[in-house]
Amino acid sequence: MSTRTTGSETPQVGGTPTNARRTAASSPAPNRETPWEHLPDVPSGLRPVLGHVAPAPPTVHPGTALAQGGCPVPHAESGHVLLGHGAGGRLQAELLERVLLPGLRTDGRPSGRPLEDAALLDWRPREESTPTADPDAEAGPDADLVISTDGFVVHPLFFPGGDIGALAVHGTVNDLAMRGAMPVALALAAIIEEGLPIADLQAVFASVGRAARAAGITVVTGDTKVVERGAADRLFLTTTGIGRRIPGLRPSAGAARPGDVVLLSGPIGLHGITVLSARGDLGFEADIASDTRPLHRVVRALAPLGADVHTLRDPTRGGVAAALTEIARDSGVEIAVDELALPVPPAVAAACDLLGLDPLHVANEGCLLAMVAPDRADAALAALRELPESRDAVAIGTVAAGRPGRVVMRTGLGGIRPVEMPIGEQLPRIC
Amino acid sequence: MKYVDEFRDPVAARRLLDELRITATRPWRIMEVCGGQTHTLVRQGIDELLPAGIRMIHGPGCPVCVTPLETIDRALALAARDDVVLASFGDMLRVPGSDGDLLSVRARGGDVRVVYSPLDALRLAAAEPGREVVLLAVGFETTAPTTAMAVLRAAELGLENFSLLVSHVLVPPAMTALLDAPDCQVQAFLAAGHVCAVMGWTEYEPIAARYRVPIVVTGFEPLDLVEGVLMAVRQLEAGQARVENQYARAVRRTGNTAARDAVRRVFRIADRPWRGIGPIPGSGLELTDEFAHFDALRRLAPDVPASTEPAECLAGAVLTGTVVPTDCPAYGVRCTPRHPLGAPMVSSEGTCAAYHAAGRERSPR
Repeated sequence: MSTRTTGSETPQVGGTPTNARRTAASSPAPNRETPWEHLPDVPSGLRPVLGHVAPAPPTVHPGTALAQGGCPVPHAESGHVLLGHGAGGRLQAELLERVLLPGLRTDGRPSGRPLEDAALLDWRPREESTPTADPDAEAGPDADLVISTDGFVVHPLFFPGGDIGALAVHGTVNDLAMRGAMPVALALAAIIEEGLPIADLQAVFASVGRAARAAGITVVTGDTKVVERGAADRLFLTTTGIGRRIPGLRPSAGAARPGDVVLLSGPIGLHGITVLSARGDLGFEADIASDTRPLHRVVRALAPLGADVHTLRDPTRGGVAAALTEIARDSGVEIAVDELALPVPPAVAAACDLLGLDPLHVANEGCLLAMVAPDRADAALAALRELPESRDAVAIGTVAAGRPGRVVMRTGLGGIRPVEMPIGEQLPRIC
Repeated sequence: MKYVDEFRDPVAARRLLDELRITATRPWRIMEVCGGQTHTLVRQGIDELLPAGIRMIHGPGCPVCVTPLETIDRALALAARDDVVLASFGDMLRVPGSDGDLLSVRARGGDVRVVYSPLDALRLAAAEPGREVVLLAVGFETTAPTTAMAVLRAAELGLENFSLLVSHVLVPPAMTALLDAPDCQVQAFLAAGHVCAVMGWTEYEPIAARYRVPIVVTGFEPLDLVEGVLMAVRQLEAGQARVENQYARAVRRTGNTAARDAVRRVFRIADRPWRGIGPIPGSGLELTDEFAHFDALRRLAPDVPASTEPAECLAGAVLTGTVVPTDCPAYGVRCTPRHPLGAPMVSSEGTCAAYHAAGRERSPR
């Protein structure tokens, strides 16, 4: 994997319990009755498809790089990857579109399909599955196997309300849930920096185990690498999850429709501000905790609404602004949000005011956005409010045909302003 | 939020706007000096809710925007050195220099750290005695006291690896320079509340008297701004020109004496070029002889070639209020927050960035 790799290298040979035991050293011994063994044994029929596909060029503000000659590399003036390329904003979208995805695709062309949190897999043998003309097309609508993967690089490793271990479980469980799936099993890879206290590693893996058990799943396979001091920042985790779709739910980032009501399952900004504050360099401490939590039960609560749940998205990096912008783009709709309806906790609002950040750009790890048919919005809200993790669910806006790809905010004073995807890193202002 | 929500109350704002509509009988042009005020005005759409005759001119009060290109180039040169840690406020990282910005220097291996306060830079210096920590010290009278405190503390600790690239600027000389310009359109000022919280408003009294302009010390919340405009219009309509304090919950006439004393001890007044505007006499701060050994220019002598701004950028005209960003041919096309040609498109306080974030479209030509 890396020329710098040293230490305990665990070759990954598949989802065998032995491998899982070696990896998840401090988590409980894996159950031989792992969910893997209940899955159809037809890997030859597995047709992995890309969950992330190049988006159409942004429509809101034409110009920018394209007008400057359509540079092939984001931020060509630098020619290097910037931290902002990983911040979930416009820079990251450009990196995906122009650098990463072209390499993964056989024809190098974007397919125009939505960028989803997780991909559907058609696990049946090829002759049984619905044939499609496009070899890259996502599995048919009746596919019920879902796969997602996510990397975790949070600093600090431990913060109020969670740690990198819980985050790694919740992140992938939630990405599966956003396609309407309940988690079945997790794979976990750890890249550990030389010098990390063993006690920290134990604490993180214990947290992984607790979070997985709480979500009703186990880590069934994994991999461990140790790199030289300085080659990583203490501990990086990657989780890959397999899930099964709840019958009837078919949410997609491309399925929001004009008229839909936009629901938000809980307060925003808590995770991002908590992590910033836990770094200890802000000069103030906010008395808040990360909202990191699994959302599959919240999604299951929406199951009775079936196909009336059009889109689900957890607004992680890039915040609510990035999530809504992606949905507006992928669904070809305009989304309007009411400023006064947004649940921004006072500590988050105060911290954002101080630092010059927009709460809509701050990361969340425990709430979701749902685009629901207007006549089912009340039923959806009622269902959400019955669960403790989404008891503060509210309607925050509406979907319209409008200008496709645009997101606007109706301000408290009666004005309208566009909501922009953040560009890259969040840069606290001077004063 | 306690103590803030009442200044964002839409009903009260509408009431003040109604009162303004009754009060204003003629067109008036009012400059809000501070970029933070510009941001609130544009973000909340307040400037478009004002009576038709009241035009807001956006002032040069964005410290990121007015930091000279040469200073940015020096920061880029210093940040690229192996022996230097460059400490900066976050929004300086994306300001374009002659060749890239601090973000790209960092991506190429330069050690650039975001600090939230000058005292954070001091902590960095204490923690890494083998490396020179250079603080890019920019900002108005609001940030100068914390820089001064950092210098005093560094002197006390005898820190030898801490220095500053100083580009602090002062508001009143810039207001005077604007008023002296032959095409000045400003008839009243909303002075920056936070600057006055430190400095008080005694400096503004001679300006109001000499140039016959009302000056209203104004806060940053929507209600503050509408009330500030109303107070300015009342004075204009009555033919008055005095300093008034809208931001009474934070500002006293004499300001914060301890903060002013710290600034006076560490800095002296100097001439300073403003990016996009040009040199303004007596508008900057530089270290006094007693603290000159903390000057990064003296200590590290970053050598940079003479720099020129992109010819297309109208930052100067925007900063002096003679054009609005949407008049600029590059606005939203070749100049965006993603690819800024000039500094006003970078900071969230910059006028061009505020317009762009509010979705204002380029004027038809």
